[in-house]
Amino acid sequence: MPTSAYDLLQAVLTAERARILSSLIRTCGGDFDLAEEALHDAVVAATTQWPRGETPDAPDAWLLQTARHKAIDSMRRNQRARLKLSELGHSAELLGGEEELSPIPYDMLRLIFTCCHPALHQEAQLALTLRTVAGLPTIEIARAFLVSEQAMAQRLVRAKRKIREAGIPYRVPARSEMPERLDAVLLVLYLLFNEGYSASSGEQVVRQELCAHAIHIARVLSELMPEEADVRSLLALMLLQDSRRHARSNARGDLVLLRDQDRTLWNQAQIEEGLSLCDGAAQSRSGGSYDIQAAIAAEHARAAEAEDTNWNQIAQLYEALLQTRPTPVIALNHAVAVSMAHGAERGLHLLGALADDLDGYGPFHAARADFLRTLGRRPEAERAYQRAIELATNDPERRFLEGRLREVRSTAIPRDT
Amino acid sequence: MNYLLLIYEDEKALHARDEKTRNQVFQEYGAFTASVRDGGQFVAGDALQPTSTATSVRVRDGKTITTDGPFAETKEQLGGFYLVSAKDLDEAISLAARIPSARFGTIEVRPIWNYE
Repeated sequence: MPTSAYDLLQAVLTAERARILSSLIRTCGGDFDLAEEALHDAVVAATTQWPRGETPDAPDAWLLQTARHKAIDSMRRNQRARLKLSELGHSAELLGGEEELSPIPYDMLRLIFTCCHPALHQEAQLALTLRTVAGLPTIEIARAFLVSEQAMAQRLVRAKRKIREAGIPYRVPARSEMPERLDAVLLVLYLLFNEGYSASSGEQVVRQELCAHAIHIARVLSELMPEEADVRSLLALMLLQDSRRHARSNARGDLVLLRDQDRTLWNQAQIEEGLSLCDGAAQSRSGGSYDIQAAIAAEHARAAEAEDTNWNQIAQLYEALLQTRPTPVIALNHAVAVSMAHGAERGLHLLGALADDLDGYGPFHAARADFLRTLGRRPEAERAYQRAIELATNDPERRFLEGRLREVRSTAIPRDT
Repeated sequence: MNYLLLIYEDEKALHARDEKTRNQVFQEYGAFTASVRDGGQFVAGDALQPTSTATSVRVRDGKTITTDGPFAETKEQLGGFYLVSAKDLDEAISLAARIPSARFGTIEVRPIWNYE
């Protein structure tokens, strides 16, 4: 419970900044910079006025109205913005009637869809979403993507410039545009999540936190668009994958494979939420790729122990996924599932067709090595592990593969017999 | 006969120009445009905003694919143009997607320079 005006301000900003900003941007005719400046000025005003005993009952509405006034004043002073102001209509309308004192939820959708507009470069979509929807400071976004603060600041400047100068409108897409536009939003969230998921425990916390931000935004989106099954599927997928976070690496920061993970470390609350979203989606199964990927993650989540995993079902789900997304990596995952369900020989057979496409891909050789090892074909397994080690992209992965290689070598048949 | 005169320039060099040269070139454009109008030869003409404002539109398998950036294919060449009025980029993109060649090639959507 906030005990001082400062605490109240901090609490409101943490909870409501994105929503307040999303409404402000509409007032400013889609101008992100103008909206951010106005909000900043309103926050400054709050720091002087609230401690003087004027703490408002509805602090979010106070900030929004104060910022709106400042934005409109600013637009009146700036000649170019004056034209925009006249286009937008009478300023009294912009200030909102009684019913619009607080941010309206629809504005949040406008913000999310605009940040993820396909006319923006992918990197720009990610940066802008983190900056305005997740509220991350530029320096943290820079750290999350391993670039300099200056580079990230420039990326944001260019993104906002494109919005302004190319006339990207601040709106929720029409029904006819929704499939492409929603796909773009879900892709941004998925990329953010994967960036965070691929960050090992030794890396920057801000990178790992990307998962939480992606999940949060997906949740907001699913509340605002309850009719869109794909949003729920993606949210389910992210929750189920994230539930394994603490079991994925051991104390040394080494990679722990799914089958070796201590499942008591899996987050049951996330699993419960993820599974219930999946079961809900089953009714309106879109067969979309997030839908199927979530169903695969659900199979793993349902298995109390690795041995209980329904690999047959997973193999069938991967086959379904290959119908709409016939990529070599998904085919690889399919081969692994088939080997678990029907033996390494069949898995190895499926890998044959992928050798050309995936020769430069470490996990392909790791999987191949694993099948060969299981079949007792040790010299071939050794070579495959070596190739996988060459292609490993991080230390935990490399250490794991080196461990496997040592195992294979220690029981290897001597070459001269 | 009608002809389309397309203006190509190094954008970086253009923006690096000093103010004096920029103003001079601007004046020259004004004089040129006036003379073309006076000669009854002017049909249409405008400055385009830089490539950083460009958006590329393609339609494949019935789906509109929108990407950031100007046209950049080596196997496609300029074949036509439309100058349209649209209330925002979304409207311009949906017009671009309806151009029959969007199914086979690329439509670059570039905003016109607004002098206001």
